[in-house]
Amino acid sequence: MNYNWNWGIFWDQTPDATGTYFGSLMSGLQVTILLALCAWFIAFVMGSLIGIMRTLPARWAVFVGNAYIEMFRNIPLLVQLFIWFFVIPELLPGDLGIWIKQLRNGPFIAAMLGLGFYMSSRVAAQITAGINALPKGQRMAGTAIGLTTWQTYRYILLPLAYRIIFPPLTSEFLNTIKNTAPALTIGVLELTARARSMQEFSFQVFEAFSAAAAIYLVLSAVVTIGMRILEKRLAIPGFNEGK
Amino acid sequence: MPMITIEKVSKWYNPQFQVLKNCTTAVEKGEVVVVCGPSGSGKSTLIKTVNALEPVQQGTIMVDGLNVTTMKKDLPKLRSRVGMVFQHFELFPHLKIVENLCLGQTIVLGRSEDAAKAKAMKMLERVGLTAHAQKYPGQLSGGQQQRVAIARALVMDPICMLFDEPTSALDPEMINEVLDVMVELAKEGMTMMVVTHEMGFAKKVANRVIFMDAGEIVEDAQKDDFFGHPRSDRAQHFLSKILAH
Repeated sequence: MNYNWNWGIFWDQTPDATGTYFGSLMSGLQVTILLALCAWFIAFVMGSLIGIMRTLPARWAVFVGNAYIEMFRNIPLLVQLFIWFFVIPELLPGDLGIWIKQLRNGPFIAAMLGLGFYMSSRVAAQITAGINALPKGQRMAGTAIGLTTWQTYRYILLPLAYRIIFPPLTSEFLNTIKNTAPALTIGVLELTARARSMQEFSFQVFEAFSAAAAIYLVLSAVVTIGMRILEKRLAIPGFNEGK
Repeated sequence: MPMITIEKVSKWYNPQFQVLKNCTTAVEKGEVVVVCGPSGSGKSTLIKTVNALEPVQQGTIMVDGLNVTTMKKDLPKLRSRVGMVFQHFELFPHLKIVENLCLGQTIVLGRSEDAAKAKAMKMLERVGLTAHAQKYPGQLSGGQQQRVAIARALVMDPICMLFDEPTSALDPEMINEVLDVMVELAKEGMTMMVVTHEMGFAKKVANRVIFMDAGEIVEDAQKDDFFGHPRSDRAQHFLSKILAH
């Protein structure tokens, strides 16, 4: 293989003269983190809502919840991103559509919505599983002391369910981080996009993508460690401690 | 007027399976009624219909003069006045013992934190568990957990108490500590409906015994009549089996 290794490339200036390649990757990392956090917020809120709906006694709520999950889970993420970015603005009434298309953060917002709703379907499935995993008597006990359905969820079912599904939820958060990469296809300058542009400008393909891979790994490791610590702090003696 | 009236109550889980068949009985204020019968006879379901944890398709249930079967909005308020103790305790595992006792008081009854806590500690003292107030349910034995569950019902100042096989999930050596608390309650005049196989308890404190089989109330008799000369064959058969040893 005829390849000129150059690990010093990171300290070279980028052609657009805004800084080094390293700086460019770091600004990509920032976008990746910001996008992941924004998308996770949507995923968590919507996922919780839909996940809870699927455990309610009302049949219509279960139906709506199931339909939501099937829709967002079974359309490929890339297609969903394209729909949010290319299709939805066209469907909106004239002025609003144009305004959205001209937004400077348009790609970021579309990616945030696309990724957020896509991941929310997966979070919803986890929340449902967590609530259903609780003994039926817990809901009854809450009801029996006079709590309303909402209060039973708020004070009993959800605090327990979130603890049970903490590990799978962690991995959904990691998935959210990793799934920010396809956002480059609609023009979000996140980490992978920055690595690709570095490769295109410098021809240092190995260095560029090794760096991106390493940064993703470090980011995931930080999240995993953080979530482990949080999980330990939230553990209940005699319920889920010591795992 | 009886504290609890169950009139012609029928319930189906699905069109083919009827769990309660035209059940009628009543529990007077201060009365202790034991419900027994073979498993699957519908006794747990019957007791859960009293505070509408199990909805019924036919019949009427009245608690303290209020119709539970037609009630909607006020159901939580009524339930808070009917104490319920479950077979598997169902303490809230993420809350400390004292918090388990305060939750209903503050949220449903609107008591202040301090008042709720004071009441909680008083009831814990009553069931002999003051020392465990700051522990979590998972750190207590089954017997202790069930006593906490009774205390959790008592802090709400219930007008009557429902027990759904309160000792069935306990190790033998823990059964008595729970029964002792229940006997104490009965002596104080608490209206109680108790699903149990503890015939010793029934003999000691029950006023009446209801025997159920296949969703029907087969026998509803004064305690002495029930144990002395049960009228139905099925009750005789049941008693001969569980009193054999």
